[in-house]
Amino acid sequence: MSALNEMSGLKKEPRGKKRKLTAAERKEELVSYLFLAPWLVGLAIITIGPMAASLYLSFTDYNLLQPPEWTGLDNYLRMFEDTRLQNSLGVTFLYVFVSVPLQLIAALALALILDRGMRGLSFYRSVYYLPSLLGGSVAIAVLWRQIFGTSGLINQLLALVGIEGMGWIADPSTALGTLMVLNVWTFGAPMVIFLAGLRQIPTMYYEAAAMDGASKVRQFTTITAPLLTPIIFFNLVLQIIGAFQSFTQAFVVSGGTGGPADSTMFFTLYLYQQGFGNFNMGYASAMAWLLLLIIAAFTFINFIASKWWVFYDD
Amino acid sequence: MTTNIAPQANTAPAATRTPTKAAPPVRRKKRNDEELSGSTGSRLLKHIVLIAFGIIMLYPLLWMLVSSLRPNDVIFREAGLWLTTFEISNYTEGWNALQSPFGHYMINSMIVVVGSIIGNLVSCSMAAYAFARLKFRRRNLLFAIMLMTIMLPIHVIIVPQYIIFSELGWVNTFIPLVLPKLLATDAFFVFLMVQFIRGLPKELDEAARIDGCGHVRIFTRIILPLMMPALATTTIFTFIWTWNDFFSQLIYLTDPEMYTVPVALRSFVDSTATSSWGSMFAMSIVSLLPVFLVFLFGQKYLVKGIATTGIK
Repeated sequence: MSALNEMSGLKKEPRGKKRKLTAAERKEELVSYLFLAPWLVGLAIITIGPMAASLYLSFTDYNLLQPPEWTGLDNYLRMFEDTRLQNSLGVTFLYVFVSVPLQLIAALALALILDRGMRGLSFYRSVYYLPSLLGGSVAIAVLWRQIFGTSGLINQLLALVGIEGMGWIADPSTALGTLMVLNVWTFGAPMVIFLAGLRQIPTMYYEAAAMDGASKVRQFTTITAPLLTPIIFFNLVLQIIGAFQSFTQAFVVSGGTGGPADSTMFFTLYLYQQGFGNFNMGYASAMAWLLLLIIAAFTFINFIASKWWVFYDD
Repeated sequence: MTTNIAPQANTAPAATRTPTKAAPPVRRKKRNDEELSGSTGSRLLKHIVLIAFGIIMLYPLLWMLVSSLRPNDVIFREAGLWLTTFEISNYTEGWNALQSPFGHYMINSMIVVVGSIIGNLVSCSMAAYAFARLKFRRRNLLFAIMLMTIMLPIHVIIVPQYIIFSELGWVNTFIPLVLPKLLATDAFFVFLMVQFIRGLPKELDEAARIDGCGHVRIFTRIILPLMMPALATTTIFTFIWTWNDFFSQLIYLTDPEMYTVPVALRSFVDSTATSSWGSMFAMSIVSLLPVFLVFLFGQKYLVKGIATTGIK
């Protein structure tokens, strides 16, 4: 909420007129840049410099050994013929647009249940939050490999109720699903954000509504839901951006292949294979820029769409 | 709806701050009654559902913990959590399964983690002080750029970064992992700290200014001690993220001597047949333990931090 608000708020500030700075102001300016020095150096050599280089490389053929060779739009045009790349985009989109909504629905539902002065709130919050902290680790990906394996935990549990399981990870039609389950499992982080948002809604609104005889359902639809839309929006943007960049789980669960049959080939995994497996640095750079454009586009679309459904109190 | 972790931002609704001493407790009680309304039965049902759901959520973790103490053949037969044998050998085998003992990789991870924490604390707090308290031209522009870098996917910079670091001969060292942190590239920590400093009363700095303190002294003597909660949040999140980080460590560390825990664990998974799940689970548990401990002792800051900036 805050980071996004800041961004839109910045434009509103009036621009100061150009004028000579006083000696004190000039001193403060100097001190400012001293404090900013590490960040500015990082911005230049770790962020903006490599970004520019990456943009340049995306128009070249480069394998680390020979110097980069300018090939114009070749890398970008190649994407239209690269069916594996198109498949990886499909896999990533499917993953993002199925698992993120499910994750947020779970997060919101649990936050609403936990909100109303529950006893043991902090205990439940910790229990549900823990998977968010561990979910991105290699260890959990290892666990997932076993759980959804042919003779893994899920199939053992299914056998208890007489259902014959399957090789969830070995089957191309279900392998991606296991990764979606993993993402939904980490709903704790957005849940904590929802809880913080719910706490900001003044209780007097509910008191007034209850006095007027509004039912719980009506209180939800007319108070909670509208006032929570900025948080929902914030979570949505954040989780979409994060999910587009998922890598570790697919990499470990598929043993680095994106298999079976490229069914877990996330875009980032294909990028890694191209760049650091085949050393097609030019092509990998072009892919990275496509990823940036996709993420920027979705963030932008979210911002535009938010005008219709996000309600800002202030 | 800007959430702020500064204590004064967590104020109760204005109505509860009435000066009459008797008022707040009465109000609080009334609120509780209202919130806990509903029959005892329905409340109990809610708790049962929440606990059941919690067990489902944590079941895989608990099962992994229990399975790490079971012989391999039992892991694939036993879905329950009841432990009949106590197979410590999984841990000793797993610990020594790779080229170096697992402790070696944990030390490597620790070096990267500590370096990253120091880097983030120093560089991000400096930048945050400038953004929150100092006036300079192009501040808004730079602040906007800083916010935008939060959302920048690492993939856009990783290729040239790799080329630069490999030209410098820094591949298979920890420099590519730690140096960016010393240069405040984890921008949302800058943002988190800016938010926090903005919540501190400005009168403190002004009083110090009148007493003749310069910005360096104000920063080190007044602001830094007051922003301990934000620094704690930064420390905890940097710890967990760096410990779990896989992508950049996979790229920069290819020499088994330099492997960190995630990379070592992954090579363990790829090198061993599926017959040694026990020792793999054992090392997975070992690798999760530090994160779990940090979670246990740093919960307060985790929850505050996540509510402020929405980080995982």
